[in-house]
Amino acid sequence: MFCAATNMSVDVIRGKLIPGTALLYNFKNLLTAQNVSGAMINSFKYSVTLTLISLCICSLAGYGFEIFHDKAKDTVMSILLLAMMVPFAATMIPLFQMFSKAGLLNSTIGFILPTISTPFLIMLFRQSARSFPHDIIEAARIDGLNELQIFYRMFIPTMRSTYAAAMTITFMNAWNNYLWPKVIMTNDQSITMPMLVANLTEGYVTDYGMLMLGVLLCTIPTIIIFFILQKSFAEGITGAVK
Amino acid sequence: MNTGISYSHKRLKLKTRQNLFGWACLIPAVILIVAMSFYPMFKALILSFRTGIGAKMTWAGVNNYVRMFQDNVFMQALKNNFIYLIIQVPIMLILALVLACMLNDRNLRFKGLFRTAIFLPCATSLVSYAIIFRSLFAIDGFINVMLIKLGIFKTGYNFLAFPNSARAVIIIALIWRWTGYNMVFYLAGLQNIEYTIYEAAKIDGASSFQSFWKITVPLLKPTILLTAIMSTNGTLQLFDESVNLTNGGPANATITMSHYIYNMSFKYVPNFGYAAAMSYLILILVAILAFIQMKVGDKRD
Repeated sequence: MFCAATNMSVDVIRGKLIPGTALLYNFKNLLTAQNVSGAMINSFKYSVTLTLISLCICSLAGYGFEIFHDKAKDTVMSILLLAMMVPFAATMIPLFQMFSKAGLLNSTIGFILPTISTPFLIMLFRQSARSFPHDIIEAARIDGLNELQIFYRMFIPTMRSTYAAAMTITFMNAWNNYLWPKVIMTNDQSITMPMLVANLTEGYVTDYGMLMLGVLLCTIPTIIIFFILQKSFAEGITGAVK
Repeated sequence: MNTGISYSHKRLKLKTRQNLFGWACLIPAVILIVAMSFYPMFKALILSFRTGIGAKMTWAGVNNYVRMFQDNVFMQALKNNFIYLIIQVPIMLILALVLACMLNDRNLRFKGLFRTAIFLPCATSLVSYAIIFRSLFAIDGFINVMLIKLGIFKTGYNFLAFPNSARAVIIIALIWRWTGYNMVFYLAGLQNIEYTIYEAAKIDGASSFQSFWKITVPLLKPTILLTAIMSTNGTLQLFDESVNLTNGGPANATITMSHYIYNMSFKYVPNFGYAAAMSYLILILVAILAFIQMKVGDKRD
């Protein structure tokens, strides 16, 4: 397998460059050279906030689009899908200008705002809401639940695997995002992990041991999330495309 | 009678209320998309006709667009994007499709393990994998060491110092990173194809290649179209790999459009107007390509 082989070679390179005992030394170097804990905290802060808010807003929208669908809402949806084709490069500069005017540079809000609501997630939730039986909604209404209660008491628990899939995708995208933080995070206190790793390669001499440790630290969180949610991830995506 | 009327009246009110709730669900998402995608797009369009720095922007008409086509670096970036697109996207999609079919085979063991192994690259950070590939292909990197040991090369070959090999490295890296991602979509699509169709085809004497070409591909066409559009879109917006793997070099030979736009607006003397004009070209290209793909996808129906 091509991919398995490449995966292994990642380990080989790491094994070759950190011969076991150098790990602590590299770690110390990394900590003194860069503000690792700060970047780690930043990355977590941005990614977790973004994922939570984004899931709430997009799932609510997907639910609204599907359960209460009519012609007007379908039109709105197809307009939103157009936004999927807008390349980020095209909106980056005006967004930067807007945010710097609003004083949102170097802030969590600045990081999350552009990607809270994405057509892809809305579509994912809309497709999976299609399999949510209308009888349950009717029954819940008769039992006296109001619409919002139906959403968070009935819909969220049944759609757990879709939420897991959406969570994996959103968290990974947020964590790995590089271009946008590079644009708006202008001071050293607010950089993210990918930016820190990229910074390690700047300069004349690259300490590969330190670099690989940085790469490792930057990759671990997404791998962990992926392994935890893996099973529901496959289910969630399958449900969505159906 | 009277109660009936008031009941239907109440029902109507209930319907309106539900409808209103439906709209209320959408509003936050819709407002955010409009404010964060459509409004900036509109602003970028205006910006693309202006030139200058900061508050001293002046009207430039179509100058930015004319300049774009006389800019060698930009033309190179455009060419690079298309090289990546034409070579990488078909290879990746075919590979993903074949892998998905193999994983969908009922007799395959350790399915979960293979699926994880292929999807795992997608979990790695873009910056990390770009840096890993750079050190793999460095002059004293893993690949060169292996090639020398195998006796193919006598001395290390500096892959990243020559335009064509540097582009090849980017393409290999892209295939490694994104094949698994597309495969997941195909796998999901394959779940919906009845297994009995394949059994029937087998009884009728179809080879596995025939059943792949005549059953799997046509039935998966909507998914293939979706992934093709997403990959095209992604390739045209390529940024991380260009920055971290080759840093655009040697001598801008591997730079991508997004990378050049970034340099133009945040690294060199900022020229937002010109950068916005270039970004609009990407937008137009993405729209045209998506349109062509949809047309081609529809025709075969």
